[in-house]
Amino acid sequence: MKKKVLSLMLIASMTAGLLAGCASSSSDSSSSDSASSDSAEAVDGEVFKIGGIGPVTGAAAIYGTAVRNAEQIAVDEINENGGINGYQVALQFEDDEHDAEKSVNAYNSLKDWGMQILAGTVTTTPCIAVADKTAEDGIFQITPSASSTDVIKNDNVFQVCFTDPNQGTASAQYIAEKGLGTKIAVIYDSSDVYSSGIYAKFKTEAEAQGLEIVSETAFTADSNTDFSVQLQSAKDAGADLLFLPFYYQQAAIVLKQANDMGYEPTFFGVDGMDGILTLENFDTSLAEGVMLLTPFAADATDDLTTAFVSKYTELYGETPNQFAADAYDAIYIIKAAAEAAGIDPTMSAADIGTALKEAMVSVTYDGLTGTGMKWEATGEVNKDPKGVVIQDGVYVSID
Amino acid sequence: MFKKNLKKNNVFVTYAIVVVAYIVVEALLLTGNMSSLMQGLLVPLCTYSLCAVGLNLCVGYLGELSLGHAGFMCIGAFSSAFFSVVMQDAITNSIVRFIIALIIGTAFAALFGFLIAIPVLRLNGDYLAIVTLAFGEIIKNVVNVLYIGYDSTGWHISISSQQALGLAEDGTMVINGAQGITGTPHDSSFTIGVILIIIALIIVHNLTNSRTGRAVMSIRDNQIAAESVGINVKKYKLLAFTISAAIAGSAGVLYAHNLSTLTALPKNFGYNMSIMILVFVVLGGIGNFRGSVIAACILTLLPELLRGLSDYRMLIYAIVLIAMMLFNWAPAAIVWRQKLKAKFKKTGEEA
Repeated sequence: MKKKVLSLMLIASMTAGLLAGCASSSSDSSSSDSASSDSAEAVDGEVFKIGGIGPVTGAAAIYGTAVRNAEQIAVDEINENGGINGYQVALQFEDDEHDAEKSVNAYNSLKDWGMQILAGTVTTTPCIAVADKTAEDGIFQITPSASSTDVIKNDNVFQVCFTDPNQGTASAQYIAEKGLGTKIAVIYDSSDVYSSGIYAKFKTEAEAQGLEIVSETAFTADSNTDFSVQLQSAKDAGADLLFLPFYYQQAAIVLKQANDMGYEPTFFGVDGMDGILTLENFDTSLAEGVMLLTPFAADATDDLTTAFVSKYTELYGETPNQFAADAYDAIYIIKAAAEAAGIDPTMSAADIGTALKEAMVSVTYDGLTGTGMKWEATGEVNKDPKGVVIQDGVYVSID
Repeated sequence: MFKKNLKKNNVFVTYAIVVVAYIVVEALLLTGNMSSLMQGLLVPLCTYSLCAVGLNLCVGYLGELSLGHAGFMCIGAFSSAFFSVVMQDAITNSIVRFIIALIIGTAFAALFGFLIAIPVLRLNGDYLAIVTLAFGEIIKNVVNVLYIGYDSTGWHISISSQQALGLAEDGTMVINGAQGITGTPHDSSFTIGVILIIIALIIVHNLTNSRTGRAVMSIRDNQIAAESVGINVKKYKLLAFTISAAIAGSAGVLYAHNLSTLTALPKNFGYNMSIMILVFVVLGGIGNFRGSVIAACILTLLPELLRGLSDYRMLIYAIVLIAMMLFNWAPAAIVWRQKLKAKFKKTGEEA
């Protein structure tokens, strides 16, 4: 009897849970507390519904938060200036905790909201899982920052950032062309797709360019707080250039520890290194002379960048990083493609997807992360990486 | 006699709950009344339920705290996904392919469970928990450095990097280190998941109500007494642990065939997940399989249903977890619940 009552209660709670799940879907989006101020009045067919997915909780939260903030800025600007093809835009951003399974849940949740275009996801592994789902549903997807080539294997997915191989190859060519170093040491994150992807191509291209890699050491997400072993190995091998294809939080530790042991090679980073100057409690003098390839520099002086940076700083109290810039561009790229395709929100998500997909190859876009950006039908972006060096705490172009 | 019948009834109530839940869900699906979010959650619900059932056998009946079950899930996931990706073109029938993948995944998890159990089960209590935790991490880290690919000249395996494989131009990477396996076919479905849960429940129920199960429980209750009556402690411990690992492995198979990308991150196959599974087991009631399934469902659904709260979602989730734990297990809450139940009974009898 006791157990029967208990089980009945549990059945009731489960059913309630199921029904609650249905209820939130059948009701209009107005009931859910969305990230956007516009979606409250979002009615099907009158606004474009753009969804965003990224980690806003957990270890990768800074990337997702940056993307969410920047997408919101872009959407607000577009709405102020008359929207896309005369229609307003609603944005809803869902959390995926940098997990493939959660990301698919977030995607499904956005689909229930009535999403027509997806500006996401932020990180690579979840993006591969979601890209498969958008291909099934024919929804157009543009990812600000998921850089693996696996992401764009379906023809409905486009990238704003460079692909990993592209960055690896470009870095090696850059180092060889400018004669920045001859004996190269690499430290990379073997548990990260982004880092190992860049490293793999870098190695291939470095050999082709006649650069000598004297030390290759890896770390993982579980051991990313101490790099003394890797640095010692690079120092012992006599490396004069240290290639660091990973994110700035770890790079800051590497720079600090290298300084402590009196090792002073040339440091060369990739776009993940961007953000190191704004990292809290980091002595920026350690980053003097660090070179990196990045599509975006927050202290560039062109109008677009200064306007974006000042608006972002004003609203969110921090300097935007490269993820934010990519995301801002992603929304404007959607706008450009949507105007080229002449779509309107009454069309189904799949029709919009097809139209945008065809329009993307003809779009040329000048944005924060590059000028004259063009896309292949494969989804890969064509733009030039910019080489910058840190001098007196600011980025200075090398070229 | 009466007690035995009651126990049997209890088992059938569990099956009935699963079947009724299945019918309700299918009905909602057919009538198109289910949100995409819920549809996407159906397979993960089955996955975590299976895992919790598997771990409950180990924790509740064998009485050994394992913190490595995510590792067995990982083995099941990777071995089966490996098979499915390689045989994707050779076997086009998805059900046949999935069944073979399931057998492979479960067998591999069982094998590793067995191998790991040999040294591990010499320990007990906290020591065993720590060692299983370590094994779970080892499995995850080994998978993260595996590079396997094939080309016209055959198979290539490396544990250093993709380049070290020396694949020819026509080669295909199957496991690409930390990037894991991509392109696994979507062979999992809710129906398969429910069938697996029922099979797992039948296995564990029959096991625990058999001679073997009683032997396992006697070891849990008093190992010295069990040994003194001639029970082969090592054999029964190994058996229970291996079955437990195998069920976790089958959950991994289900997981792998639900997403097109499979990576061994700390998040999905690390100790966080092992602890999450343990939470399902503890919350659902140690030794109570039905409770495990229900707890796994509720705790997987909860963060998704709380999406409306945006930034506060994970905070609320944690608070709900604490509240549920207190409600289920705090002595004062148990007394209060019993009082409440007595009251209900009384009013029921009066009416």
